[in-house]
Amino acid sequence: MTYMSGAEILIECWKKEGVKVIFGYPGATTIDIHHHLEVSGLRFVLCRHEQAAVHAADGYARATGRPGVVLVTSGPGATNTITGLAGAHMDSVPVLVFSGQVSRLSIGNDAFQEVDIVGVSRPVTKHNYLVLSTEELAQTVKEAFYVATTGRPGAVLVDLPKDVMSGKAQFSYPKKVELRAYQPHLVPHPRQIQKVTDLLLKAKKPLIYSGGGVISSGASEELLKLAELLNIPVTTTLMGLGGFPGSHPLYLGMLGMHGLYKANMAVQSADLILAVGARFDDRVTGALDSFAPEAVIIHIDVDTTSIHKIVDVDVPLVADARQALVAVLGALGPLPSFDQKAREDWLAAIKKWDKESPLTYDKSEGEVIKPQMVIETIYKKTKGKAIIVTEVGQHQMWAAQYYLCDSPRQFVTSGGLGVMGFGLPAALGVLVARPGATVFDLAGDGSILMNIQELTTAVQENLPVKVAILNNGSLGMVRQWQELFYQGRYAATILTNSPDYVKLAEAFGAKGFKATKRSEVEKVIEKGLAEPGPVLMDFNVDPTELVYPMVPGGRALNDMILKKTQSR
Amino acid sequence: MVLPPGAKTYPPESPLMETPSDSQKRHTLALLVDNRPGVLARVATLVSGRGYNIDSLSVAETMDSAVSLITLIVSGSPKIVNQIVKQLRKLINVIKVVDLSDVDYVERQLVIVRVKALAENRTEITRLCDIFRGKIIDVSSKTFTLEITGGEAKIKAALGLLSEFGIEEQVSTGLTAIARSSALKK
Repeated sequence: MTYMSGAEILIECWKKEGVKVIFGYPGATTIDIHHHLEVSGLRFVLCRHEQAAVHAADGYARATGRPGVVLVTSGPGATNTITGLAGAHMDSVPVLVFSGQVSRLSIGNDAFQEVDIVGVSRPVTKHNYLVLSTEELAQTVKEAFYVATTGRPGAVLVDLPKDVMSGKAQFSYPKKVELRAYQPHLVPHPRQIQKVTDLLLKAKKPLIYSGGGVISSGASEELLKLAELLNIPVTTTLMGLGGFPGSHPLYLGMLGMHGLYKANMAVQSADLILAVGARFDDRVTGALDSFAPEAVIIHIDVDTTSIHKIVDVDVPLVADARQALVAVLGALGPLPSFDQKAREDWLAAIKKWDKESPLTYDKSEGEVIKPQMVIETIYKKTKGKAIIVTEVGQHQMWAAQYYLCDSPRQFVTSGGLGVMGFGLPAALGVLVARPGATVFDLAGDGSILMNIQELTTAVQENLPVKVAILNNGSLGMVRQWQELFYQGRYAATILTNSPDYVKLAEAFGAKGFKATKRSEVEKVIEKGLAEPGPVLMDFNVDPTELVYPMVPGGRALNDMILKKTQSR
Repeated sequence: MVLPPGAKTYPPESPLMETPSDSQKRHTLALLVDNRPGVLARVATLVSGRGYNIDSLSVAETMDSAVSLITLIVSGSPKIVNQIVKQLRKLINVIKVVDLSDVDYVERQLVIVRVKALAENRTEITRLCDIFRGKIIDVSSKTFTLEITGGEAKIKAALGLLSEFGIEEQVSTGLTAIARSSALKK
């Protein structure tokens, strides 16, 4: 037992939890912590906005599976983290925000930079804490990490009054956490496993629908084994991209609102759907009453509240995705017998759908740059090995459709909350975690300006992010809805007076390149990749290009708009 | 509110938002929770954040001072209430949630009511109070103050009868409930 200040205890706790990097922004209430952090040997990445700091920690966590840690000051520092927390939480990413707070005696007095951040952040975190004494600090931090990283991971906030940080207490790090009320259910029930395997073997037209849970539980290998063993096609959600190899012959691409034709058709015709670590989001299911009308649905999820939430499933299986798949594989054995003929017919039907309406775009000659072509070229130039981070909008959907990710944690995107401005800071977090990796932030000209200040962070920390802006001079996704469903009244979606991105990059100390013609695209990407530092690439793309297929809101998944002429 | 033709009411696509006609039923939920600051707020935020009203609420420490019992009454279809129960179970400070509506249970509520008591009504009010096994806990020249405990139906009946004399003020606790021992043996 040693006697230490709260600030020193906090840093020791971080070290015990294996934290190497903290993202954040300092302020009056966190001076004590920074004072000790400076000489602690831990890396502090100074972002230029607290929201961006949370996205960076989020990117770090998504790239590694380890928790991302943020340190911000009280009041505005803390409230600026809310979007980041909500985004991380919705996508089940373990992110911990440590926020400064005014001294205990000042709490509730409208003190300078005081806000009840525990109250404010309650609905957007898995759990949060106000630490009321230096004595309980170590236990609380231990608990916070435990809660953030176990079960269905999520965001946690720990609020630290200034005098708790300067006060002293005996320090010993608790060895384990026991929470009577929180015991994640990870082990699958054998009876349910039996049901699952029986159904899998009986199915003639089975389909695996896999989500982010496969990635966060590290179940990709098992998923691949299962799909290959029973020859079952796989579709993934946006969050599930990379959880199954994007270039695998059994892979159908993403499903849902902008899912591939063959994937959505397969959902609507399957006689069995095995949902793994996915939660039947409204962007995935389309109209609920006509979702997967033929299918018996099995749902594997670690979160009991996900089961029967949107879709009533036939066989629920509450468990960690990896443990569940391991058990299923074990029960199936090495040579399960199933109707191979039926399976070949099923795969042939899917192939036919693919031929009927493959994922494609207008590739006719000319100098207009198609946004999809930029992504395809990036894919070629990086040999499919880059880590793709995205902002939110049309470019995000094209990235999901055209950049085939073969590995888990290769595709990083704000799925549930859809945070514009997520990509750049998240890409920096990925680079901090994976130095040496080629990391792209695929952006739109709307999203990129939402956290453009992080170019400073990129230059300062020497993080060679490759930002590719698919610049269509508009807020493309909303504009797409206006074109298709709002009689082309482009209210507030046309971006005029955009900055000169090349000059902007240079002003930040980064490199900027621009392509206005198709023939320039490849060269710009090559130049961008050759640069050792951060790069901003501005591609002036065709503003009339829309994301297809598209399932209009409230329609059945097989009711897709496939190309422009079909616009209604 | 007049809606244009074809308009849907808010929010159109949420599967949790069912119309009141969908087998709405009153559920008495007993929650064992950590006895700590902020726990009640978490429970209340969770229910209200999804657009549901708490019909009644009572909170008190249990025999174990580290644990409190929250008795919460909400109305909704089985699907909604089931989802609320699961979400409540997910809260880190909630130890146990029981939907008492699934078992045999007894519930009680305490009402204190000040009723006009003119000379000619005093005997009648006293008798009513006896019938409902209430107590007169304060008397003035023009009023009686009564304390009545019971289940929801009994309280409603008592208040209905007392209202004929003129209720000046009434206060009430939330309902609290416990499973019958016969229900626990199963």
